[in-house]
Amino acid sequence: MIVANERNWRYRLFNTVNATLLAVISAAMVLPFLYVVLISFATDKEVLSNSFLLVPTRFSLEGYRYIFSTPVLLHSLGVTVGVTVVGTLVNLFMTVLTAYPLAHKELMARRPLMMLITFTMIFNAGIVPTFLIVKSLHLTNTFGALIIPSAISAFNLIVVKNFFQQLPDGLEESAKIDGASDPGILMRIVIPLSMPVIATFSLFYAVGHWNTFLSAILYINDSDKWPIQVLLRQIVILSEIGLSDMSDSPPPPSKIINMAVIVFSTAPILVFYPFLQKYFAKGVLLGSVKG
Amino acid sequence: MNQLNGSLSGLSMQAPIPASRRRRTLRRLARDKWLYLMLLPGVLYFVLFKYAPMWGLLISFQDYQPYLGFGGSDWVGFKHFERLFNDPLFWRLLKNTLVLALYNIVFFFPAPILLALMLNEIRKEGFKRAMQTMIYVPHFVSWVVVVGIAYTFLTTDGGVVNEAIAAIGGEKIGFLTSADWFRSIITLEVMWKETGWGTIIFLAALAGVDPQQYEAARMDGASRLRQLWHVTLPAIRSTIVILFILRLGTFLDTGFEQIFLMINSLNREVGEVFDTYVYTAGITQGQFSFSTAVGLFKSVIGCILVVGANRLARKFGEEGVY
Repeated sequence: MIVANERNWRYRLFNTVNATLLAVISAAMVLPFLYVVLISFATDKEVLSNSFLLVPTRFSLEGYRYIFSTPVLLHSLGVTVGVTVVGTLVNLFMTVLTAYPLAHKELMARRPLMMLITFTMIFNAGIVPTFLIVKSLHLTNTFGALIIPSAISAFNLIVVKNFFQQLPDGLEESAKIDGASDPGILMRIVIPLSMPVIATFSLFYAVGHWNTFLSAILYINDSDKWPIQVLLRQIVILSEIGLSDMSDSPPPPSKIINMAVIVFSTAPILVFYPFLQKYFAKGVLLGSVKG
Repeated sequence: MNQLNGSLSGLSMQAPIPASRRRRTLRRLARDKWLYLMLLPGVLYFVLFKYAPMWGLLISFQDYQPYLGFGGSDWVGFKHFERLFNDPLFWRLLKNTLVLALYNIVFFFPAPILLALMLNEIRKEGFKRAMQTMIYVPHFVSWVVVVGIAYTFLTTDGGVVNEAIAAIGGEKIGFLTSADWFRSIITLEVMWKETGWGTIIFLAALAGVDPQQYEAARMDGASRLRQLWHVTLPAIRSTIVILFILRLGTFLDTGFEQIFLMINSLNREVGEVFDTYVYTAGITQGQFSFSTAVGLFKSVIGCILVVGANRLARKFGEEGVY
């Protein structure tokens, strides 16, 4: 009966229509990237002669040669790599260090502290007062401004705290009996047991740093210290920066340059993405489980 | 005092005398000294970067001058708020924010649900996983890149979309410079970037449906669409309700980066929202007190909405965000 039902044409039609629609939607989410990559390798002749060009027939590195003719882009990428590595380490250190004590029920002042931390998720002082504080701490125009004011995400902190809380109490008790101190327990027992969670949150923090834009335009005036996203906006959206000081050859069409810059600044995320996907998905679900 | 303590601390315990309580507190402090030490940097962080700025909100009641500082600037009461509420600008910001938020709820909110339902009907695991891998990608790309790609597609100067319109004999449309298109494009960008990612939570809820329910429905002769309606949808109804309520809590958060990047002098009329205005007036033009007043207004309304949304979520028997 079931088999007969499943074989009927309506069942098949449903499947085909559904799968086709899904394939179209998924393609719509990936094809723009493919287009960007393809155009970044196009020749100027082809782009200039055919503005509806979708798939270049000839391959060229003109765009990339041009954007690397000055060190501006590489320098900016270096800033972003540095801020991402150091920033993520600071995030992890601060988040784990703060979450661990808060996971202890016997800690005095735990409830008021948790309430104060939660309150920062509900009420935000806004960018101007925060800007004035960062400025008064002399952090503006330093890389510290991109790292320290966002050292802890309250939401991530709470999720990590909840994860620590549901580790079995016995582990810590027996370690205490063996004479281990709290930092020792955190380092040797809690962190090794929490590696999947820590991996997930390092990824979230790292992507956040890589894509950081708002704090850079708030706190960094010095174009020497711009992370890649700010430079990207200047080039692609505002068309304000020429990358080359070579005056002897005309630059390739801005379309090729823009695409090459986008590829260059997004590739690191897209290259790692397939390997990290499952951690990300896990992280979303971790956040939705309340403890 | 002792009596009160005794009655509070329950039946079996004797009323503790203050001195021994203090000693016990000290002993607990000594025992957990490492925990408190570890807590210190985090507490300092929240005090400096979350609570000090809240104190700094008081400059919205001042004529704050950077060279005079917080202590030296004049107090002016509600001057900036009066100016704000009497300014037509305020109503424009409010309208723009609300309309964008409404577009978001109407068009973006249902999208991940529909997509998750479609994915859930796929029986071939490999195909399903391939689709998922593709639709999550845009979430990880920065707004600068998304807006940059939108610019290259939509520009009248050789953008693919306009070239296609021209090729079929239509007239090129200034998507990026027209106030009419601004909201649609903002919403489409959000949908493109976040719909795939939004499916995760619904797919998790769908994974919890007992396959026997489908079997029973099939036995009763229910078609695929009827199974969807009577088995699948009820299974994710509470997830939908809770996410909808929580979305209402952040109703005014229109996303600074995207709008800031999409705005230009030709679409500012419909594009400027509270967040972008606070940035422009406060950081670029240095009107610290007035922009703080605008930000404070938005924060207070946002706070009321979140608290209200959580109350509502609890009424539905859900847990809320805090």
